[in-house]
Amino acid sequence: MQNAEVIPLHKVRKGRRVLVVRVPEGKTRAQLIRLGILKGEFLKCLQRLPGGTMLVEKNRQEIAIGASLAGAILVTDATEVL
Amino acid sequence: MSERPLTGQYHSSPHNHIEKHRHIGVGIGEEDVDRIKVVLVGNPNVGKSIFFNHMSGLYVDVSNYPGTTVEVSRGRFNTFDVFDTPGVYGISSFTDEESVTRDCVLEADVVLNIVDSVHLERDLFLTQQLIDMGKKTAVLLNFSDELEKQGIDVDAKLLASYLGVPVFNTTAVTKKGFEHIEQAIAEARKGEQDLTIHRRLHTMLSRTGSEAEALLILEGDEVIAQRHGIAPGEDREVMYIERRNRVNIIINAVLSERNRRKRIGSTFGRWAVNPWTGVPILAVVLYFVYLFVGVLIAQDLVGFTEETLGHGIWEPWIQGVVSNFLAPQSWLWTILVGEFGALSMTVTYLLFLLLPLVVAFYLALALMEDSGYLPRLATMVDRSLNAIGLNGRAVIPLILGFGCVTMATITTRLLESEREKRIATSILQFAIPCSAQIAVVAALLTGAGFQAMVIYTATIFTVFVVIGTILHRALPGETPALLIDLPPMRIPRIDNIVRKTAFRAYHFMKEATPWFFVGALVVGIMQVTGLLTVWQNILAPFTTGWLQLPREAATAFVMGLVRRDFGAAGLYELPLTPDQIVVALVTITLFVPCIASLMVMMKERGSKEAMLIWFGTWVGAFFVGGLLSQLLI
Ligand SMILES: Nc1nc2c(ncn2[C@@H]2O[C@H](COP(=O)(O)OP(=O)(O)OP(=O)(O)O)[C@@H](O)[C@H]2O)c(=O)[nH]1
Ligand SMILES: [Mg+2]
Repeated sequence: MQNAEVIPLHKVRKGRRVLVVRVPEGKTRAQLIRLGILKGEFLKCLQRLPGGTMLVEKNRQEIAIGASLAGAILVTDATEVL
Repeated sequence: MSERPLTGQYHSSPHNHIEKHRHIGVGIGEEDVDRIKVVLVGNPNVGKSIFFNHMSGLYVDVSNYPGTTVEVSRGRFNTFDVFDTPGVYGISSFTDEESVTRDCVLEADVVLNIVDSVHLERDLFLTQQLIDMGKKTAVLLNFSDELEKQGIDVDAKLLASYLGVPVFNTTAVTKKGFEHIEQAIAEARKGEQDLTIHRRLHTMLSRTGSEAEALLILEGDEVIAQRHGIAPGEDREVMYIERRNRVNIIINAVLSERNRRKRIGSTFGRWAVNPWTGVPILAVVLYFVYLFVGVLIAQDLVGFTEETLGHGIWEPWIQGVVSNFLAPQSWLWTILVGEFGALSMTVTYLLFLLLPLVVAFYLALALMEDSGYLPRLATMVDRSLNAIGLNGRAVIPLILGFGCVTMATITTRLLESEREKRIATSILQFAIPCSAQIAVVAALLTGAGFQAMVIYTATIFTVFVVIGTILHRALPGETPALLIDLPPMRIPRIDNIVRKTAFRAYHFMKEATPWFFVGALVVGIMQVTGLLTVWQNILAPFTTGWLQLPREAATAFVMGLVRRDFGAAGLYELPLTPDQIVVALVTITLFVPCIASLMVMMKERGSKEAMLIWFGTWVGAFFVGGLLSQLLI
């Protein structure tokens, strides 16, 4: 787990589970924390759309994240750990 | 606190020396200051508006997408004032909707916190914040039915003891648990504040006079801080994360999953998001809308109502009646029942052409809204909309614009930035024809043939893209990324669909009717006084020279100043070739928005920007129409 590669969320493939490593600063940060997307939380990638818009699942809730924001959220793959 | 006769004890927060602090511009009238204010607060799409409608007996829209409610509504419930608010994930001042809700919550005596019990992890964050604000709160655990279906158990009693406020189970769509609403209001109380927060509040409290505002300032709310002349706190993040952790602890204790079942709707929901499947789905959806609105209603039904009922029965009859009192072809006769008569043409257009089409359109929109399709469409087109400076969320006002541009202009509030609102409003006012207009346009286009329809659609779509692109390039700033939670796909409920359609159609007609009569009167008077000819001569270089239309087409533009759909209707009686029809329709579609739309735009965007857009449509309409004319004719 320690040496898992850190990648931006929009690079994650469908069906993978990831651990959030970093959430970008700024206005959306508060909103992400409210939705439970913050450092140390797990997400499931439901779909990666061609432009990079991501569909993720967090606590039975589907959340769509635009490409630029998804690119700024850093994660590590945690599919095997879970 | 107030001296109101509310039951319930405040065991966890002993300081009662606060509250009641009035701000301007909250939208709460002065007349009845002493009624207890019950405010419905919750995350987006959790059923607040259903509760509001039930409690107040009024109607506000209920739809299956986050962001349906964008302004505060007020009603009466027993001896209380009850308020519906836009859904928020937390109390703060990041967006307009949040500010509106924030002010309403600050004014509240009692907060009824509606919670989606299936998404407790998400919703309790707000609940805990309301409690930390020291608000008297009661929690309504809504969506009991879906919780049951998903095999999840939530221990309401345990939750109540963790939160320190009463908790009740409800299912809003079937009104289950609604008998507890009064009890909930009566028993609402201050809950268990986070201890660290509680201590810190005390220091701030002496300076703000209200716990709620003190908390917001600690959390770095700049607006509230400024109101009190205090520097905003810098610990938002720490406080949010602590709250998040506290919520997670509560969830672990109260929630248990029996088994995980996949929802039927979820597979379809995924398809709707993925372009490979989503684009075909969109095509099918649009095709059905076209079959229903464009063929069944616009051609078959309207063919009957307009021709047979309108021109065939109503108009000759009313002309006969009026002829008993007035000499046929006299000026008053002409104004009343002549070619553009207020009682002849206007009634036919309103009742026999517009009404069926507007109803059909709203019905189709309501189905899209209530199924949960819209937020998925928003996700699918997100990347494409980035090209014109918007994100996927903008799909919602743009689609609603096909129902009524005026209403959709208000819905642009759900967009995050001023820049997006500006772009979306411009596109709406320039390039999105509303249902009434589409009605008339469709009727004319079917006569002009398939090619005409393709050219018309392609032109309008091009204008849409061009305007978006220009604004995106010209306006400083960047496009905020999409961040939207997708509600589950649900089978729309007939009762809600019918109610929503009837309500909107009624309002549309109520709003449109006077303007139609005004328009008819203006044109009628211009006709009998000869002003119409003068106007036609003035515009002749444009109409006949540049647009290559008969000079009488200028009449349509007078009518179009009043309402665009009315303007399109004015083209009806002209002998036009298919190419001329396309040119005329493109011009009138891009022409100025209706007066109601202009008013709303002035309110939402300020009069300067509104006038800029309004005059812009003159230029745009004639420019594009003329260009097309030079190419086609
Ligand atoms: N099955 C089920 N559906 C519900 C329940 N409560 C609300 N809904 C549905 O949830 C959707 C949202 O309801 P609204 O009343 O518009 O929610 P809102 O909280 O006002 O939403 P916003 O105005 O967007 O913040 C609608 O499609 C309702 O039919 C419930 O208890 N059970
Ligand atoms: Mg609502």
